[in-house]
Amino acid sequence: MLQINSVTKQFGGIKAVDDLSFRVKKGSIHSIIGPNGAGKTTLVNMITGVYKVDSGTIFLDGADITNISTDKLVYRGICRTFQNLEICENLTVLENVLLGFDKYMDKSLLKSCFRSKSIQADEARHKQRALHLLELIGLEKLANLKAENLSYGILKKLEIVRALGTSPELILLDEPVAGLNPKETQEVSNLIKTVVADEVTIILVEHDMKMVMQISDYITVMNFGKKLAQGTPEEIANNEDVIRAYLGSGVVC
Amino acid sequence: MFKRYNINRDILTLSAILIIVPFFFQNDFYYEIAIVSLLNSLICIGLNMLMGYAGQVSLGHGAFAGLGGYIAVILSSNYGITPIFGIFIAVVTMSIFAFIVSKPILRLKGHYLAMATLGVGIIISIVLNVEDELTGGSDGMSVDSFTVFGYEFSSSLQWYVLCAILLVFTIWMFTNLINSPFGRVLRSIEGSEKAANSVGINVSHYKSIVFVLSVVIATIAGSLYAFFSGFISPSEASFSHSIELVVMVVLGGLGRIYGAVIGAVILTILPQLLTSFEDYQTLIYGAIIIFVMIFMPKGIASVYEDVRGRLFASNK
Repeated sequence: MLQINSVTKQFGGIKAVDDLSFRVKKGSIHSIIGPNGAGKTTLVNMITGVYKVDSGTIFLDGADITNISTDKLVYRGICRTFQNLEICENLTVLENVLLGFDKYMDKSLLKSCFRSKSIQADEARHKQRALHLLELIGLEKLANLKAENLSYGILKKLEIVRALGTSPELILLDEPVAGLNPKETQEVSNLIKTVVADEVTIILVEHDMKMVMQISDYITVMNFGKKLAQGTPEEIANNEDVIRAYLGSGVVC
Repeated sequence: MFKRYNINRDILTLSAILIIVPFFFQNDFYYEIAIVSLLNSLICIGLNMLMGYAGQVSLGHGAFAGLGGYIAVILSSNYGITPIFGIFIAVVTMSIFAFIVSKPILRLKGHYLAMATLGVGIIISIVLNVEDELTGGSDGMSVDSFTVFGYEFSSSLQWYVLCAILLVFTIWMFTNLINSPFGRVLRSIEGSEKAANSVGINVSHYKSIVFVLSVVIATIAGSLYAFFSGFISPSEASFSHSIELVVMVVLGGLGRIYGAVIGAVILTILPQLLTSFEDYQTLIYGAIIIFVMIFMPKGIASVYEDVRGRLFASNK
């Protein structure tokens, strides 16, 4: 589905991502792991058009999507979440999720100013869908609370749900469980699995090895911007290079 | 019917106040202050949309209002175009100007954006001062009377009614806009541009739209002010006027629909009330602003909302 062909990104003299290639299969959970500074987030930023690629190409279902801007990629079916939470704290929980449906909404100025019936009806319909998504994470009761009042763990889940609103084909999760306690981690992990059941492809960047090993179909390991190894969770867990560079010995999955 | 057209309690209250207040006016001076308050409210509504909702500061809106006013006035006084058509051309011109300016400027954030809008404002102010053949220079220029399709606005009451209707209508549209998906997009830009971008919102596009909208409102209000007072000078476009508008919005309450109106009305009336203090006028004016900002950091409108919220809670 997603095909990354020898992409490179340089910051000053440092090659953050260096001639990296891999493919992501449709409907799979593809994890990207590696030590801090290995270039994982840079890679996500290149796929989602935040950074321009220095060289190389990215294809989605055979179409070239290299260097297309983030907002346009949403219309191609790619959406992401952030390592450092990006939630609109000035909006309510429900409004944050509704934001996810934004690409389906009519925002013409005149209609908005004069409160057209079609916009009202549209909004009501999307509200139902948004509430439905909130039920997935058990937040429907807090729908009208300002997001700033919620805990970090809940907001992390909210971000994933917001991304689902765009009905993506490919979703990139950048450290979705960083800073969460084991219980919250399990909840996010479950959420991700239920998402996959809906045939969304997932690229997961994460340090929580237990979760990565549990839910991934395929893993790519990065180190110093290069691909160190790739394979199924079992292959990666037993790969000598990966153990030396990242996992350390004695990992139990 | 009220519900269908979203005519809520706030807007009815405002209308009622606007209808009742003139009965207390003793002379034309009261009308003048009221009209200036209404026109400042208009500009502040637009500025509040930009600053309070989309989170983009502008220290140039006095200049935009002034320049817009000049365009309308020059067209009608020097080229014999009817005032209403002059305002229309001013709106179109200023929209294009604002759109072009917004593209590079709104890439900036925070202090840098403030500096850039400040710079544009000062340039406008200098141009209006220097181009004296067209603008009359620092002495300003007199303005022909305001007629709409042959109907002349001469009395203060006529102006008051015009401005009041315009204000109520603008607030009604603004309320609808803010509560629509479009409004949500604006607020999301203030909340997190990255988040907005990640769900497919072209952030810079919406920033430009809201900037243009706020400049359009400023242009209309600025033009009307020039026609009303029969005179326009570069001081309308001065830096201090821009700052005054920002203070009105912040004092009234950023991101609160009626905050802009409350701030504009109070800061227009306050200097008049303080004239009896003569030398200490500015001192007291400043002290009041500081006092309000310390004890009501979210603006005066927030206090009203708190009170209303408490009353509502106790009713339950």
